[in-house]
Amino acid sequence: MYDWQIPLTYLLSSVLFIFSIRSLSSPKTAVVGNLLGMIGMSVAVLITLFSPYMQDKQLPLLVIISGAIIGIYTALKVKMTALPQMIAALNGLGGLAAVFISFSELITGSSAFLEITLGMVIGAIAFSGSLIAFAKLQGILPSRALTFKYQHVFNFILISFCIYLALCFLSQREFFFFYLLSGLALILGIMIVLPIGGADMPVVISLLNSYSGWAAVGIGFSIGNVLLIIVGSLVGASGAILSYIMVKAMNRSLLNVLLGGFGSTQDHNTSTPTSQNAKSGSPQDAAFIMENARKIIIVPGYGMAVSQAQHVLQKMAEDLRSLYDVEVKFAIHPVAGRMPGHMNVLLAEANVDYANVYGLEEINHEFADTDVAYVIGANDITNPQAKNDPSSPLYGMPILDVAKAKTIFFVKRSLSTGYAGTDNPLFYAPNTIMLYGDAKKITEEIVRYLEKNKGSALQSL
Amino acid sequence: MEIWSFLTIFVLACFVGYFVVWGVTPALHSPLMSVSNAISGIVLIGALIAAGTDTNTTAKALGLIGVFLASVNIFGGFTVTQRMLSMFKKKEKK
Repeated sequence: MYDWQIPLTYLLSSVLFIFSIRSLSSPKTAVVGNLLGMIGMSVAVLITLFSPYMQDKQLPLLVIISGAIIGIYTALKVKMTALPQMIAALNGLGGLAAVFISFSELITGSSAFLEITLGMVIGAIAFSGSLIAFAKLQGILPSRALTFKYQHVFNFILISFCIYLALCFLSQREFFFFYLLSGLALILGIMIVLPIGGADMPVVISLLNSYSGWAAVGIGFSIGNVLLIIVGSLVGASGAILSYIMVKAMNRSLLNVLLGGFGSTQDHNTSTPTSQNAKSGSPQDAAFIMENARKIIIVPGYGMAVSQAQHVLQKMAEDLRSLYDVEVKFAIHPVAGRMPGHMNVLLAEANVDYANVYGLEEINHEFADTDVAYVIGANDITNPQAKNDPSSPLYGMPILDVAKAKTIFFVKRSLSTGYAGTDNPLFYAPNTIMLYGDAKKITEEIVRYLEKNKGSALQSL
Repeated sequence: MEIWSFLTIFVLACFVGYFVVWGVTPALHSPLMSVSNAISGIVLIGALIAAGTDTNTTAKALGLIGVFLASVNIFGGFTVTQRMLSMFKKKEKK
């Protein structure tokens, strides 16, 4: 092997990865992009495997194959609803791999102590944090913010102690400090994610994603590998930007999300179901109003994901279009669901044409000339308090202006508050009709009436 | 000094990442996460180098564990991304 072959392959691989992410600018090119990513990974792994570094090739190759089988099998088996936790779990594995590599580097006598320490700490946080995120998304742990007294004080002491240990290790080079630090970093990862509640999950998942990238950068520095540095930076930047977008879409700061406990303190608001009356209606009423509408915008939220209503929702949209000639669009808030782009994936799964799916800024001006807003399993992202109540925890968050539609349907189980723990005044608006029940069942009922009404109209002709 | 060229590459790569990621359409943010997740499995390279040695058994074992974890991450990540993207693709043909 010539000595230019490895660097050249790594360069090629880096370029392929950049194109792979670049291709996600449009759904048309995205599939090719994923393929480029796979090729980039394959060439990098193969050239390393056959490089002179490798005294033993068989055993590592065998381990790769067994990992591949498990990875592919799990990824094919996992249900699309379990996607957020699947991503969290995979992310954790990458972090844990970084931890093991840094340990291995350390005991083989590498002298890049600072780099190894950084790679290890970030990897450990990514691992244990992802583990907690996984447990919350999977329902093993309650998804709400788990907080305790003096949590911030505890975390502050923990972080300080981590820094102290890192300094001890770097100055005295005693492995004992490194081992202790790895344990504390794992605890830190747990402590960071525990106080973060369900609806803030998109931020956390993106952030952990970013960490796994920075951990790769740390490993790259410690073994002097340019490919790891470049690719780790791409991933780190990607996760960081996604976190930024999510945080902006909630008008909060990253610090505010990380300090956690959001929504858990507003309990006094929940206990007052006010004397106002919310109007409730039946699926039959809803079907009648929607038949006669000219334009409908559907606003999905996490509730749609929970009840798996996306398929029947698409059926409803198709019926309205084909039987009644209604214009139907979907509006997606950036933080709807449990990970960035969660709603888009679910709608894509149900075969909703992505040309009919719009983002917050693209569609918000259209609510004013919309007859019906069908809000299914969403709440906070439509709450007008975000605009006009400075005392609300939601104040300043960009919302979907469903209030401007002529009629608003809320498909919800009850009048309960959303994640922010604050009442939604829109429930009591004169043009709002509540449809109480499971998102999927209600929508199925509506579809039934839509199809029945058309049938009887045809018969009477 | 070698560290300075690494640092230069690192900073420039962050800029590339910044500009490339802002070009991603919001509808594909989930695939972006899962593909970047798969790509972060590039630590496999580091794990392989650690596992390739025959001189230190402990280091080799640790490296092999790293190889295993990173492989699951890579193959799982790309497969999940492929599944997601194929759902977006279906609509084009229709």
